[in-house]
This record gives sequence, C-alpha cells and structure tokens, in this order.
Amino acid sequence: MATYKFRVNGGPVTVDSWDPEQPLLYILRNSLGLHGAKFGCGLGQCGACTVLLDGKAVRSCLTPVKQVVGRAVTTLEGLGTPEKPDVVQAAFIAEQASQCGYCTNGMIMTAKALLAQTPHPTLEQVKTGMAGNLCRCGTHTRILDAVMRVAKA
Amino acid sequence: MKNQILLSRRGLLKSGGALIVGFTLGLPARNAAQQASAPAGRAGAASSQDVDSFIAIKADGSVMLLTSHVDVGTGIAAAYCQIAAEELGIPIERFTITEGDTAVTPDHGATGGSSGIPRGGVDIRFAAATARQALLELGAKQLNRPASELTVAGGEVRPASGGQGVTIASLIGGKRFSLKVNTKAPLRDPATYTVVGKPVLRTEVPGKCTGKHVYLHDFTLPAMLHGRVIRPPSFGAKLLSVDDSSVRGIPDVRVVRIENFLGVVAKDEWAAIRASREIKAAWNESQGLPGNDGFDRFLRTAPAEPDLSVVNRGNAAVALPSTVKELSATYYWPFQSHASMGPSCSVADYKEAGVTTIWSSTQNAFGQRATLSRVFGIPQDKLRVIYLDGSGSYGTNGANDADADALLLSRGVGAPVRVQWSRQDELGWDPKGPAQLLDMRGGVDASGNIMAWDVQMWLPSGPGGDRALLGPDSAGMAQSHGQGAGLMTLNADTPYSAPNVRVIAHNLKDTPLRLSNLRAPGKIANVFAAEGFADEMAAAAGMDAVAFRRRGLTDPRAIAVLERAAQMIGWQARPSPSPAVAQGNVLIGRGIAYMRYKQAENYVACAMEVAVDRRNGHIAVRRVTCAHDCGLIINPDGLRNQVEGNIMQTLSRTLHEEVTFDRSKVTSVDWVSYPILRFPDAPAIEVALINHPDQPPYGAGEAAAAPVPAALANAIFDATGVRLRTVPFRADQLRTALSKA
Repeated sequence: MATYKFRVNGGPVTVDSWDPEQPLLYILRNSLGLHGAKFGCGLGQCGACTVLLDGKAVRSCLTPVKQVVGRAVTTLEGLGTPEKPDVVQAAFIAEQASQCGYCTNGMIMTAKALLAQTPHPTLEQVKTGMAGNLCRCGTHTRILDAVMRVAKA
Repeated sequence: MKNQILLSRRGLLKSGGALIVGFTLGLPARNAAQQASAPAGRAGAASSQDVDSFIAIKADGSVMLLTSHVDVGTGIAAAYCQIAAEELGIPIERFTITEGDTAVTPDHGATGGSSGIPRGGVDIRFAAATARQALLELGAKQLNRPASELTVAGGEVRPASGGQGVTIASLIGGKRFSLKVNTKAPLRDPATYTVVGKPVLRTEVPGKCTGKHVYLHDFTLPAMLHGRVIRPPSFGAKLLSVDDSSVRGIPDVRVVRIENFLGVVAKDEWAAIRASREIKAAWNESQGLPGNDGFDRFLRTAPAEPDLSVVNRGNAAVALPSTVKELSATYYWPFQSHASMGPSCSVADYKEAGVTTIWSSTQNAFGQRATLSRVFGIPQDKLRVIYLDGSGSYGTNGANDADADALLLSRGVGAPVRVQWSRQDELGWDPKGPAQLLDMRGGVDASGNIMAWDVQMWLPSGPGGDRALLGPDSAGMAQSHGQGAGLMTLNADTPYSAPNVRVIAHNLKDTPLRLSNLRAPGKIANVFAAEGFADEMAAAAGMDAVAFRRRGLTDPRAIAVLERAAQMIGWQARPSPSPAVAQGNVLIGRGIAYMRYKQAENYVACAMEVAVDRRNGHIAVRRVTCAHDCGLIINPDGLRNQVEGNIMQTLSRTLHEEVTFDRSKVTSVDWVSYPILRFPDAPAIEVALINHPDQPPYGAGEAAAAPVPAALANAIFDATGVRLRTVPFRADQLRTALSKA
C-alpha cells in the first residue's frame, strides 16, 4: 500500500491508501478521525466536504489523496474548538447559524477562504461566494448574518 | 471516541455528573452518542407513566431528561430543558437530555407533525411538575415546615419567604421518585416564568461548528465494516446474476446477495464505494411507472378510493351558480424529496444470540424497533434502536431504509456494518412527499363575500400501516406496504367566513413512488391552492387582498397575524395586479397569505415582495415578513430559527423542486437535476413572534411553511398579472406566460 505525506491542521501526517484516487474526505474521516468534513454528494455539488488546501477551499470528496502530497490541509477542527472557536466559528455560534448542522462545515470553511481573500465583503459578495454551498434546513439568513458579523468586524 | 457514554437504565442515577459532555457553555448538554453496553434490551422498561422515565436527578444535583422525541436540528432539546427547568426550579445548565433510545427512554410518541412541544413537551412539563411536588414534600420533612410555605428555586427547596433551604441533590439525588406522572399536578404560573419564554442557546451548536458534534455518520464501532447497497436500475427490477470477479481487484470486499438485494461490505469505506460502483450485475428491468409528464392528468384518471368528504357545510354545489362572480382554477403540487443534505446512514450490530443494536437517525426509534422486529423476526427485547443526530430529515427520509440495509448486511457478514447512502440513492429512493392536484371552484357576492367554496383534491395514496423497507422488499421478506404520508387533506377549506363549503378528496388506490410524510404534509399544497384562490377572488372582486381577508375573519389572533405581516412589509391597500409601471425590465409586486395550521393550531401570515425580470422570468424574492402565533413560546430564538427555516425551505420547494421520473426510475438524483435554493436567491426574512403565555403551546416545525407558496404566487400576480398555479415556479414557465400576457 502506498504512503502519502502531507500536513493536516499544522502537523505532519503519513497515511496509507490502497488507491491513489481515494478522495481526501475518506482519509480525513476514517484514517485521521477528523469528522468535520461531511459526505454530502461525492459530486462536488453541495460543499459539505469543504476543506482548505494551501488556504484555498476545495471539495475533499473530489480531491484524490495523491494530489495532496506535500501540501497543507486545514479542516474545521483545525480552526478552533468549542472552548476556543476561531472568529468565524464564534460568529456562527453567536448567530446560532446551524440547524441540523450537516452543511455547517462547508459553510464555515468556505466563509473562511472567502474572508481570507476579501476581509470585508458586501452581503452580495458573500451570497455569490457561498453560492456553491447548499443548506436544506433554510438557515441561510443566519449563515449570512454570521459571515457578515465577521466581515464588519 | 469523544463524548461517547455508556448508558443503561440501571446506571442512569449512578453516573453522577459524568454524563455532562463537552462544551456546555453553561447550558444543557445533549448526549452525543450512546454505546451499546446497556443490559439486554428491555422493551417497555421505561413507562411513559412514570416520573423516573423522564427525569433522573443525580447525586451531584444534575438532571437528565429522557424522551422518545428527537432533535433533528429543530432545537427541541433546548426547549425541553427549559420546560423542565422552569417547572422543577433547577438551573437549566444542570440539564442533559437523552433522546430516542429504546432501552432507556420512555415511549411517548414519535417526532413529527409538530407534536414535539404540544405532546412531548407537555408530557415533560407534567413529569417535572409532579417531581416538583415530590421535592416540596421531601423538603417539608427535612425543613420541618409545611410544603405550602416552600418553593423550589436554584436547585433548592427553600422557604418562599427566604431562609435556609435544602438542596435537591440531598433530597433525591441518585434516588428514584417512584411516582406516576400526575397530569393534574399544579403548574407554575406563566406570569412567573424565568426560563420559558427566554432565548436559550442550543448547546450542540458549538460542537456542530467545530467538528466535535458526533453525528450518526461519524459513529464507529470496533471492527465495524463499511457497507453499500446497489439499488436496482429500475423500480421492481429483478437481479439475474452477479459477477463477483468484477470487484476482485478491490481489497477485502464481500458481496451479500439475498434474492434481489445486492450489497457489498469492505473494511475500507472507499473500497465499499468503489465496489458498489464497479460490481457487474445483470438486472431484468421494469417499466411500471407512468412517468411524470402529464402526471396531473394521470391523477384524475387513476383508480381511486370512494370519495372522502373532508368538509361539507351548507351546500356549495347549489350556492355556486347563484354567486355574482364564479371562479374556477386548478392547482398542482409535484412529488418532492426530503432532499437531506447528508445521505441516510445507519450502523447495525447484528447478534445471533444477544441484543442486536441499530444506531439510527429515525424520527421514531420505538416504531422503527417494532417494524424491524416484525420484518426481521427479532423479538423486540432483543433489539435496541438508538437515535443519533443525522442530517435534517423533515419527515421520513431514507433513514429507516438505511437501518434495514445495515441490518441485512450485518446479519449477512456477522460483523457490525455502517451504511451510508449515495446522493443518487437519497434523492432517488427516499419516500416522497406526494403530488397533489386541486380543482377549486368558488363564488363571491357583489360585496366580495365568499358565498361558495368547492374543492376536489386528487392525491396518490395507498393502504395505511407500516411503510415497506427497501432492502427487505428486495430480499423478498414479508412486510406490509403502507403509504401513509400524514394528514394530507387539511387546510383546503378557506379560513374566511363562507356559508357553503365542500372539500372532497380522491385518494388514489396506488402510488407510483413510495410516500412518506414530508414537512407540513398536504397543508403546503392545500394552502397554496386555498390562499391563491382567495387571492383570485379578491382580484375578481376588485378588492385589496388584505381587506378581502380581513373581512372574512373574526378570530382576533387571526386578524392580528394578518395585519402584522402586512404592516411589516409596508402594505399599501389597492387591488392586484399592481398599476405600477415596470422599473426597466423589472416588475415589482407584493403578496400575502394567511392560514391557521390544521385549522386548529398556529396562526401564521406571510407577506413578501418580489421582483420579476420580464426578459427571462427570473423571480427574485426580496423580502419576506411573517407574523407567527403558536400560543405560549418556549424558546423564542429556537422558534425564530424554525420559522425562518420553514420559509426558506418552502421558497426552495416552490421555486425549484420537482421529483422527475420516467417509466422505470426517478431521474432527479443529484443537485443539478433536483436543484434547491442557493444563497443568491435567499431573501431577507423578518419574523414577528406573538406570544400568548396563557395559551397552550403549539409546535412550530411546520406551520410557517404552509402560507409561503401562496404568498409568493400572489406577489408574482401582483407584479405581473400572471397567476402561477403549478409548482415549481420555474423562470422559463413565467417567461412564457409573460410573453403571452
């Protein structure tokens, strides 16, 4: 079985995979026990599996492990903890911007990348920037409020 | 795993404060997950008659609530803690809650039909009120004062006039109340509430925002394998042969075949997924579906049960021809999917001898245990179903079927198996909310009063009873084939005064797609028709839409929500359509709809402002206002979240969603073919919550959904003069209608 070395949440990891095409999502969830990223579609259509790869938001369900070698992955767990959430997580908590929460990972990770690129986006920019992330519970207004809370800070 | 706890009925009281998991932020924690180490499943062990079934006060003074109702993202767990904290006089931060575990929680009903607060919450309220009386009696003995002079506050029984108290931990901690729930126990006076009615943050949200919350999808067991089921290429297809060699190159794959049920199991999840995609199987395909093209015509002609009279007062048929303005219109609502963001998941650990355990996101743990017991022939006392949070389900999505898949595979390979469905399986195979067709006829008099209201509705239906599970159906196991989809026929009668009203339902004997309850079942389509049609009447009478409705209402709570929603949107009284000229290519309009949910519960009015681009028919919902009266409010923030979610999700269902199918299968199986609303289309939503602390609490998981489609249709009519009566309101459909207008 081939071995793949990269960084996750600031630390080096070495993982085995029998298939170089295995998506990063399953490596994170099953080999590394990081369950923040969720399987939503496996098609890159919903955003539930979003992680940061070298700071850019990518769909881990479509990112083969072989493409990650030597690069830096950040997951939802890498941002903060319930006791010490990062600024975007804290805004989502303050706005209670989560119902079932299955999409929340993708919302926070996409917002993180968006805010890194554009620290003070307008509401319209946020709506456009998050257009690829789906939410079924209809928590949209609170998610937007949470991102705008950070954007205006 | 983090935050996993061992829980047994016997051990509930011994576990001290250790059950409080993780991040409490000073608020009640929800149990993340529960391991299967309870003593043998004990069917009926927790009676819903006993206080101890609902409430366990531990030695450290912390409290665990137990309930069969589950929090599928609705925030009901926080509301339950508020209700119990209020009645008991124990600070809310001491509470934890355990939901839907057939070995430990009482069975006081399933989650659904907005019953969580009015039934589940009221049960908890009386259990807590009974416990409070017991605490007062215990405190009276300890303090040597009559109970009538005592109160419970801050986790202590103490003199109401002040002075030394005694902690509840010392009175009952670690011990049982051994009392029946007294449904006549005195309740706290709502005027004195300090916890109920206050916004409380949900304790699971920090975990959900940091990857620490344990969903069913994240749950693992030692030696657990990953399974996937290969669903047939068409409904009812027969499996002819399987070529096992087609997956030989994938590590550690085992193939499980039981008649037409085909699954793969592997140590590695990706291996199971690859195997499920690559396995070669030959099927005898089937073409038994009518297809969704022209399905409205199919509904009228398919064999139906005898007419069901839903409402019949006065004589609508006789009154209709004598009205001044007679109108008729047909409204159509398509099949829709629950479309959960996370495809359904389950973990099953089948035990030939001993207790089989299923970790499930079912909304009905006890019902699911009964069903699985019957279908698999496992006695209920050898079967334990444990709820863990899944993706929002909004009714019965694929969760119950996934349980059966996992159980079939676990039994097949003799190891614990986790199954997660694919996106295509969730959208293709979840039981669907039924299509509905409504023929509306009615008439108004010269003053614009509704004189006759006559509705005929057609909907796919079928026998009641247990819904058949997909896997066991394929495996040829005997089971019932119920098609219950909820209370489908309510709210088609107008809420406005009308002397002659008739509603007749034509329930079809069969359904092309499996059915289940999908949020506000039936009521969304019925209110779409009823409130769209009322708007048509107002326009025909040349009346303002709010004034038309106002004149037909007498209940002050109904009038209050109607006027509030209108006022919030800045309603200008005038008939529709709007006389305003287009701003460039954009037509602006506003619409309103009102209903009382099930004609007996929440009062909700919803108004919205839309902008329609006449070049392409694009509908932009700019603002939505909603006035919502559900009686006593428990958690205003949780309630607001539910109301906002109802509105946004129903806008999605109205603008975008339709399950499509050909002669053999569902063809809307991903987010391109089954689109839902995206951020650029998300409007601002303003919600006014009207609290009636002296009134019973109604549930809020569904009601605000019902008026949304009609409010949107009415706003589009106001903007454009085009009346949309078929959902979804696709832009191309509106553009075509505009070009003809």
